[in-house]
Order: sequence, then structure tokens, then C-alpha cells
Amino acid sequence: MNKIPNRQAICDVLMQHAKEDRDLVVLCSDSRGSASLAPFAKAFPEQFVEVGIAEQDLVSISAGLAKCGKKAYAASPACFLSTRSYEQAKIDCAYSNTNVKLIGISGGVSYGALGMSHHSAQDIAAMSAIPNMRVYLPSDRFQTKKLIEALLLDEKPAYIRVGRNAVEDIYSEENAPFCMDKATVLSEGEDVLIVACGEMVRPALDAVTLLKEKGIRAGLLDMYCVKPLDKEGLLKAASRAKCVITVEEHAPFGGLGSMVSQVVGEACPRRVVNMALPDAPVITGTSAEVFDYYGLNAQGIAKKAMELIRG
Amino acid sequence: MSNAKELKALAYDLREKVVDMVISGKGGHIGGDMSVMDVLVALYFGEMNISPENRDDPNRDRFVMSKGHSVEAYYAVLAQKGFFPMEEVIEKFSGFGSPYIGHPNNKLPGIEMNSGSLGHGLPVCVGMALAGKMDGRSYRVYTVMGDGELAEGSVWEGAMSAGHYKLDNLCAVVDRNRLQISGNTEDVMSQDSQKERWAAFGWNVLSVPGNDMQALMDAFEAAKACKGKPTVIIANTTKGCGSPVMENKAEWHHKVPTQEEAEQIKKDLKERRHSHE
Repeated sequence: MNKIPNRQAICDVLMQHAKEDRDLVVLCSDSRGSASLAPFAKAFPEQFVEVGIAEQDLVSISAGLAKCGKKAYAASPACFLSTRSYEQAKIDCAYSNTNVKLIGISGGVSYGALGMSHHSAQDIAAMSAIPNMRVYLPSDRFQTKKLIEALLLDEKPAYIRVGRNAVEDIYSEENAPFCMDKATVLSEGEDVLIVACGEMVRPALDAVTLLKEKGIRAGLLDMYCVKPLDKEGLLKAASRAKCVITVEEHAPFGGLGSMVSQVVGEACPRRVVNMALPDAPVITGTSAEVFDYYGLNAQGIAKKAMELIRG
Repeated sequence: MSNAKELKALAYDLREKVVDMVISGKGGHIGGDMSVMDVLVALYFGEMNISPENRDDPNRDRFVMSKGHSVEAYYAVLAQKGFFPMEEVIEKFSGFGSPYIGHPNNKLPGIEMNSGSLGHGLPVCVGMALAGKMDGRSYRVYTVMGDGELAEGSVWEGAMSAGHYKLDNLCAVVDRNRLQISGNTEDVMSQDSQKERWAAFGWNVLSVPGNDMQALMDAFEAAKACKGKPTVIIANTTKGCGSPVMENKAEWHHKVPTQEEAEQIKKDLKERRHSHE
């Protein structure tokens, strides 16, 4: 069982690059501990900016730094980063086109029992709706590493959501296929195509195994690049399948499901079923308990696929 | 550096360009344009090291127009500075498909950051000033805010961090014209005790007559001399400054003058210009 959360993978990559790249700057809003960035702050105090509990300030300062040549990585809980500083993301990052990477930590329902104030089930919809803002939800630590390495090479704004807890590995050090803005094909199958992102990729992969045992051939796309959505990869896989299921740790509107439905509906109509959190404050519990309750686990995804295939 | 008298005259000339722009674009925040014009002229023609020639130089001074609605005054100053042709701005301002949008955007040369929503400029400038400190560069960072803008909470997040990081390379200006769209600032949301407010956040506070060119230039000099803390200049201005048609009238916050009013305003501007010569 992997014990390294994706946020720690981000810190590792940033620390590696910070040594040689003095322009790489990390910002936190009293969130260095929860972002696993305390080691960065300690090792690179001159490349670390603490802003206190002030998310608007966090994002605007990041944009100002970026405008002066810095590569700004601003980490704050996704629930606050995607709402409290939404306008700063829109104007200072996206509209002004500054090289700011917004890292939404403890995303989705990571803070399980802390209630809706601490959940970020709206962040994909909110951030994706901003022109010139990209949205990424990496699935495991190896993909997270590849993603951050790729993002270090560009100069455009992006929002990255990671969860709080360690997730089981999907890839490995030696085998982590990654092509920027292209979905990773984890399984090919004609009966049903599953499209998942972030922490939902692992249960989706387990669902593929469960379905295989029942003789159902399921395809699986790891759509870590929610925006820009990999339309080509999606349509290639969807056109070969009879139906499509999307799985995401997000509200039912405006997220991965909405985007996949839009693309598939326009270019290769298939029945698309969206699995997501409800349009309501979610039940109290750990994120695993919450996922189980709403059927966002391997059994739930497999069950939904079988229902869909059997009509 | 030009002298205060010349710059004062220039500010009156550029106010006339603002009138043309607002009429051509059929809209504009003319009252605030007129109050802030002296501040912008003092910055661009007296204080800052920014020009079309050095616009990509990492050592250039940085400016963010936080009160983005005074874009007409900003465009007039940038055009005069040579970033784009004055006649083109006047002709195309706010027109269909125009690059001269009704708020600053950084697709235009000379503009660093997009603004329009209030309360963004100061915290962005904190980032720019921090970058200057990190890189050991000597450039200075300036922003201009409205007094109504100070009701935005994000202004005070920025003020807090600038004080915390002792950003003496940062200078903010408040266009204290005492009017906002709904009326007097003190009726809408009181903004008095500016000195105490900013000082409590760790700032050096200067308060000057904000349509007095020499006083503004002296204040910018004093800001540069202050070490260990950021400086805010409370520029006590007159909204609509330049013509009694507009002066101190809240309804001129956003208004297009009629032809008659425009003629009177330009006449008044010329008279004021000459009275200062």
C-alpha cells in the first residue's frame, strides 16, 4: 500500500528543480504543512513566500511574481483556492496570462468529515469555465510527478487538484506513460468505456478487473487533463465502445461528466452515464466512506457498467 | 525629468484627449480620469523609468492601474508616452473589436496587468515588489487605487503583506477624490483616518494635494527615500478636476458630455492650463 500522497510528490519535484532554477517560487497561505511543502520552505526559504490565511493575496502575489519572471506555484486547500480567490484566478492568472500554477490540495472530499466548507466539489466546473485556465487532476504519485515536470516547462496558468490521502499506485517508477494533455489508456475494451480522473481512476481500474471476471470488456481512460480535454483520445475510445461511464469526485454539473457528454454527444453519440457526488452537501465521513456511500468505488462502478450494458 | 509646470500643462492637454475618447467611445469613467491625471503624468513623465524602448527590460519600473476604470486617462498617458498612437485610441476606444477595451489589458504595449475589478492591483504589486527583492533589482513598483476601491478586502490583504515584507520598493497612490458612483465616499463607506489605517499596517503615509504636480513629484521622491516600509501617497484630488462642469459631481463618475458640455469643458481646461503658465 502506497503511503506517499500526491502532494508530497509535488513537493519532491519542486525541490528537485528549485536547486537549479532560482525563479521557481512556492507560495502558501498558512498551508505549507497540509500541502507537504514544509520541506521546501525549509530548504529554500528565499524561494518560498508565506502570505498567511489570505487566498486572494496568495493568488494576486503569485501573479505579480510571475509577471516579473518567476514560476509561481501557489498551494492552498482546493476548497478555498477555487472559490475565495476565484476572481484572482480569473483576472490575475488567466486573463493576464501569468505563469501561475494553482495547486488545490486536499481536493474533493479529502477533508471528509469537516463539512461542505472544506469540500471542493465545484472546482473543476469553476476553473474550467475560465478562458485560458487549464485543469488537471492527476491520479497517482507517478503521474503527478510527470505532470508537474511538464508544467514546469510551460508559461501558462493552470489549476491542479490533488487529494489529501495517499492513493494506491496505478503506475510505477519504470512504467508511468505520460503525454501532456493526452489521456492515458489504462484498458481497452468494446463493451463499455470508463473515463475517470483524479482519485477515481484507481477504483475505475479495479472495476475493469471485476468486469473482466464477468466477461465484460471495459476500456478505461485516465483523463487527468480535464481541460483541455483530450477529445481525440476520448472519441477514439468512445467510438469503439457501446456506452460510456464517467467517474469523478465532483458535483454532478460542469465537471468531467459534463465535458465528456458534450464531446461524445456531438461527435459519436453513445449513452453516457455520469457518476459523481450528489448536488447536496455530502454525508459525513472519511473520503473512503463517502465514496462507498455514493457508489464511487470499484463495486459501484462495475455495477453501473453491468446495468448499462444489460440495458 | 521635466519640471512641474510643464507636466501640469501636459496633464491639462491630456484631459482634453480624455474628453475626445469618452465621446468617441460613447462612454467612460470621466470623473476619475480627471482626478487621477496629474498622478499618472507625474509617474510616467516625472518619476518612473518606463518607456516603449525599455518595456521588456527586467529593470524597468512596474506600474499597475488598479482603478482600471480610469483607463481613458491611462490610455492618454501611454499614447503620449509613445506606446500607441493617440489618434488611434481616440478613434477606436470601446469600439467593436477594438484593442482599446474599457479597462486595461496587457495585450496592449505598456500595460503589465489586466484590471477592471477593484482590489487586485496592490496585491499584484506586492508580488512584483517581492520579485524585485528576490532578484536584487532596483526597480520600483507603483499602483494607483481609487478611494472607493479601499472598501475591497483584498486591498488590505495586500497592505498587510507589503507591510510584513517591508517592501520599500513599493509605492501605492490613493486617488482620494471623495466621490464614488453612489455619492460621497463618507456616506457610502467611510474612508477617513487614512493615515491611521495604513500606518497600522506598517506603511509610510504621505498625504498631499493630489492635483498639485510639484507636491506629487516631491511625494514620489520622499517615497523613494523611505527605507524599510512601503509608502502610500494619499493624493487628495478633485473628481472631474479641470472644469466646473464636472468637478465634485458624483454623476460625472461615468458620463458622456454633450457637445455643449464638451466645448465648455475643453474651454475650461485651456483656461486652467494658461492660468498655470
